[in-house]
Amino acid sequence: MFNSNTLSPQRNDFFLLWTLRSLSLIGGALSLLILLFIVFESSSVIQEIGGLSFFTDASWYPKEGLFNLVPMLAASLLAAFGAALLAAPLGILVGVFCNFYAPQSLAWFYRRCIDLLAGIPSVVYGFWGLVFLVPWIGSLRPPGASLISGIIILTIMILPTMAMTADAIFRTTSKSQLKSASALGFSKWSIIYKIVFPAARKNLFAGFILQIGRALGETMAILMVCGNVVQLPKSFFDPVRTLTANMALEMAYATGQHRSALFVSGLLLLILVVGLVFIADFFEQDLRYD
Amino acid sequence: MIKSAQSKVEYLVTYIVWGLSILLLLSMIFLIYKMVGPGFSTIRWDYFLSEPLNSGRSGGISSILISTLLIVGVCLFVAIPIGLGTAIWLTEFTTSQSFLGQNIRRSLDILAGVPSIVFGLFGNALFCRYLGLGFSIISGGLTLACMVLPILIRSIEVGIRSIPSEHRFSASALGLSTFSQLYHLILPLAVPGIVVGLVLGIGRAVAETAALVFTSGYVDRMPSSISDSGRSLSVHIYDLSMNVPGGESNAYKSVFVILILLFFLNTLTMFLADRLLARKVMNE
Repeated sequence: MFNSNTLSPQRNDFFLLWTLRSLSLIGGALSLLILLFIVFESSSVIQEIGGLSFFTDASWYPKEGLFNLVPMLAASLLAAFGAALLAAPLGILVGVFCNFYAPQSLAWFYRRCIDLLAGIPSVVYGFWGLVFLVPWIGSLRPPGASLISGIIILTIMILPTMAMTADAIFRTTSKSQLKSASALGFSKWSIIYKIVFPAARKNLFAGFILQIGRALGETMAILMVCGNVVQLPKSFFDPVRTLTANMALEMAYATGQHRSALFVSGLLLLILVVGLVFIADFFEQDLRYD
Repeated sequence: MIKSAQSKVEYLVTYIVWGLSILLLLSMIFLIYKMVGPGFSTIRWDYFLSEPLNSGRSGGISSILISTLLIVGVCLFVAIPIGLGTAIWLTEFTTSQSFLGQNIRRSLDILAGVPSIVFGLFGNALFCRYLGLGFSIISGGLTLACMVLPILIRSIEVGIRSIPSEHRFSASALGLSTFSQLYHLILPLAVPGIVVGLVLGIGRAVAETAALVFTSGYVDRMPSSISDSGRSLSVHIYDLSMNVPGGESNAYKSVFVILILLFFLNTLTMFLADRLLARKVMNE
């Protein structure tokens, strides 16, 4: 099987090691490279008009040099928090159902459906939202394309991952604790409420934070259902434009300061999302689930 | 007395959990049906074989499929060597205390969390502008490569880690060089993990829209080379539903195609991950 020259040619090993090491350096340097490029591209407009203008300018009129990001930032945060708040209890419900109530075959089927939903591309959710959700909301209260449509679409999109996270967390609850509890005569619900939930609290919170991050970065679906009017929403039925939608809409034709300002909003988004990842890491306890 | 109150709560909670969960499940099935149904009933084979006409309102998606294939091809061509190399180095040549290893891992974790639109900005700046590739299939593919890299590396790592260390000890005892050990032992055993990573990566790449809109562009004609602009299937759906009035029925067909494709990839991943990976470890 091994001919003579497969045995210990030290020179080969040396090249191999360095090839592998340089490949990993490329892989590892990517996130730094991304940060560098985004910072570099946004630096020109920050130097020209200063960082504060992004929060104090009159409005977002890139042609006139006015770059107020606050309405879009508010829209992004409202949509992401709203969606995460709705998706978290539903996800926990699915986790509880699949682990403690459903018979095995039904739980398998449930998980399979969740898996499927998690794999549906955001543009397809956006299309569904555009065809069904927006007209439906519009019939309740025009115009339909609004903050609330965005929140609902985002909820549907992050629910599968929230459910998978909760499911994985509940599955790892200590079996011996569950057994002692039922030996003590605890009913099913009091086991869940008094033992499973307290044990899972921190990890669930970490999952919740991660989902906010995902919702913040979501682009296509929210772009297709939110109406894309730059304004601070007065109600849930007002159309809004999120940071991500703004980048996707204007990047193709933006030049000069305008382009640079879009990179500033990208930088802002990147900082928010990575910050949330770090916060989630801080809360997450010794449990690994992929 | 106390006992009966408690069991009332118990019954109530059981009903609520069952009721809500079944309701949720039914609405999920309804949602999937609503997305797939209209496309399924109207799609014909020639949809795959003809080029889009009249901005996609009529005609098929042949050029779109070719562009998608090329974009994913470029993405994998770049991502596989880097991903494989990084995964092998991280698992076989670093300890968990190694400074470089730890930081590369952390950097990859961050990369996995970066929103796709930010990848798009980065790709637009680096590939389209600085490297002068313009809006092209190659820019789009390279951008996607950066995006799928963390997923690819993670799955390959899982595959390699599942190889028992006894194998490595025997190989070392036989006097095999590191290179031969990798080539004859680790890589063949890691194939299931690599395949799972690839399928996951392809799924992510096919589903991606935001990162492609301003890297590989909108052009819907047949690409003549990979430095031509090309429209991926997901961008096609976006364009048909947002920018083309009357594009809805063809958008449904494209949605059907992309969902079937992703369903196939998803099932394949599950099958491979469950069967191959488990059997490999048990048999050895």
